[in-house]
Amino acid sequence: MSLYILCLALFCIGLYCVLRKRNIIKIIVGLGIIEYAVNLFFVLVGYREHGRAPILAKDQEILNMVDPIPQALVLTSIVIGLAVTALIVAIAIRIFEKYGTFDITKIRRLRG
Amino acid sequence: MPFFVIIPLGAAFLVSLLGKKIKSVGDVLANLGTLSLLILSLYSIKLVNMYKVLVYEVGSWVPPIGICLVLDGLTSFMLVTVNLVSFLIALYSVNYMEKYTDKYRFYTLFMLMLAGMNGIIITGDLFNLFVFLEIASISSYALVAFGTEAEELEASFKYAIMGSVASSFVLLGIAILYAYTSTLNMADIANVLSSKPSPLLFSFLAVLFLSGFGLKAALVPFHAWLPDAHPSAPASISAMLSGVLIKVLGVYALVRIFFNVLGINNFFLSMLMFLGVISMLVGVFLAIGQWDFKRLLAYHSISQIGYVVLGIGLGTPLGILGGLFHLFNHSIFKSLLFLNSGAVEYSLGTRDLQKMGGLREKMPITANTDLVASMSIAGVPPFNGFFSKLIIIFACIEAGRFGYAICAIVGSILTLASFMKVQKYAFFGKLSQKWQQVKEVPVLMCLAMVVLALICLAGGLLITPFFKSFLGSAVDVLLLGTGYSGTIFGALK
Amino acid sequence: MGNKKETGMTVIVKTITRLTVGLILLYGIYIVLHGHLSPGGGFAGGVIIALSFIHLMLAFGRETVLRKFSQTAASIVESLGALMFLLVALLGFSGGYFFLNFFLQKGKPFDLFSAGIIPLCNIAISLKVGAGLFAIFAALILFRGSGEEE
Repeated sequence: MSLYILCLALFCIGLYCVLRKRNIIKIIVGLGIIEYAVNLFFVLVGYREHGRAPILAKDQEILNMVDPIPQALVLTSIVIGLAVTALIVAIAIRIFEKYGTFDITKIRRLRG
Repeated sequence: MPFFVIIPLGAAFLVSLLGKKIKSVGDVLANLGTLSLLILSLYSIKLVNMYKVLVYEVGSWVPPIGICLVLDGLTSFMLVTVNLVSFLIALYSVNYMEKYTDKYRFYTLFMLMLAGMNGIIITGDLFNLFVFLEIASISSYALVAFGTEAEELEASFKYAIMGSVASSFVLLGIAILYAYTSTLNMADIANVLSSKPSPLLFSFLAVLFLSGFGLKAALVPFHAWLPDAHPSAPASISAMLSGVLIKVLGVYALVRIFFNVLGINNFFLSMLMFLGVISMLVGVFLAIGQWDFKRLLAYHSISQIGYVVLGIGLGTPLGILGGLFHLFNHSIFKSLLFLNSGAVEYSLGTRDLQKMGGLREKMPITANTDLVASMSIAGVPPFNGFFSKLIIIFACIEAGRFGYAICAIVGSILTLASFMKVQKYAFFGKLSQKWQQVKEVPVLMCLAMVVLALICLAGGLLITPFFKSFLGSAVDVLLLGTGYSGTIFGALK
Repeated sequence: MGNKKETGMTVIVKTITRLTVGLILLYGIYIVLHGHLSPGGGFAGGVIIALSFIHLMLAFGRETVLRKFSQTAASIVESLGALMFLLVALLGFSGGYFFLNFFLQKGKPFDLFSAGIIPLCNIAISLKVGAGLFAIFAALILFRGSGEEE
């Protein structure tokens, strides 16, 4: 149970980074922390007491395994996170070219 | 039935492969693809009338182990809306995207976004919903930044960060739901949840899903990305985003999860209604002072989605009918308005209302369709906007919530005022000197706009008993609530 | 005066890279092909294959590698990977359903050539992920020049 609360604490740290930091790269890192926290929570959901890895090998009899479904889902989610990070980093590089700064308080041409 | 996802995916990657060598393959493939999707979705209405519910197991793995695709009334309604609007926008893009280089990459991203949206609508499995949500969102982040001017990049960055945080909220909600019920199929979750209820969990999940999907749908505390992202995108993408994306990703997913998976009760409904009314008023008040054509339209999107959420949040059959009908109408006339602004931008090169004037003589088709769309959104009879707003106001009065009805009427009047301003500045008035040389936009763009305007006019007919089954089956599915799972498992046998 | 500027890193890095890049590529292909027997599969194997190309690019400089394996080629391989995946999925229709495990008779478990269409799907996904990551890295490293001159 305490593991779940630690995951939520990690999520809140990432959320603080996204909301309060001024540098674009720090915001991207905060987004990465949020994604890690959610993936970690999802994998922990599938833990069973004294379970082994859910892989059948040739001559082993494994009776109790951890839940394999969250592992497949988290794999997909990690790849999605990778794609989003790549896209946002590319946009951030182009913003640096056009605006000349990484500070988001100065990148405010759209207002109103 | 999985063709709704196969055709856009195949078209997207074929265009990416061949588009650089053969110049016109992008246009032809995209238009053919969306046309075939439209025909398929119209056929699906007939199927739903015959069978009530269709379930398709992917890979012949029986649910609840496997993923299933579900076709019922609400699904076919949303499918027709999405594919109709996207076919017309694909027609429009053939000429509009000449200004940008890399036209074939645009078609790749566009078809990917369409595949994601279709996937959200037809899936019956919760994690599949999340995957398609992400596909559509990532394509839209890339499409908003398509022109790579400074403003577009800034808007796309803000939209991307906010959208990713919202998707993480949704994923967290799905993880908690899986931990509680240990299954991912939507019908199965409804079964399990009805046997072991837990009000604390429901409230927590409701808040998570509401903030996640509410940000995608631009409800009011989470609307801050919309006025930056919608004007900066190319016009056909703005029409696609505002006309279909915020509805499918936001309102449809929210409604599907709240009504069919979790059970509803009065607390959720009143929260939805409250957020809807605030969206309506805030959107309209902020829209009146805008001078940029597309930014004004973007603020109006916020307020019209407020109408839809208010209608659906009422919970009575008449309210849900009004909400869904307004959803369909808003796709049609908001896309038409954005396409008009795109046509104006294509000919003139500016979006500032104070610089335009008197375009009525030079661009007659654009001006007339804009008049039709403005009157629809303001609720003037006999266009379709009038009928849907009337139904929502009647439903408010019938449910006894007079305050909300008065807010709806006030919002409608202010909408009328701001569109009168648009009309006066852009189309009527004197023609200034530097715009003497403009001509009308090319044929395909005109064709798309005229077809949308005709659908605006004919939209009022959807209430008549002849077409009533189209909307009626959608409403029935929502009213069924958690009985949804019974119909799914019944259809499997 | 040197006649041609040496791009990339020092001679030590280049020598070691020549030795290890082939091994990394082989390891990635091993993970892809044994996706149904041990952890890994398409995504992880594809990332490792992309890593071998990125290692080449880091050690030898951008232009040298791009002459051998240009960005257009990466884009074509990527689309081919996605189309192959879609084709394999569509072939399931011949068995009556989408994605059916029909093809390549399912041999005994724990054998290399078993489990129907899963190895084909793994290969298609690894092509797409590998080419995609390589293209992303090649595009992002374009801006290195403009940042360095200030």
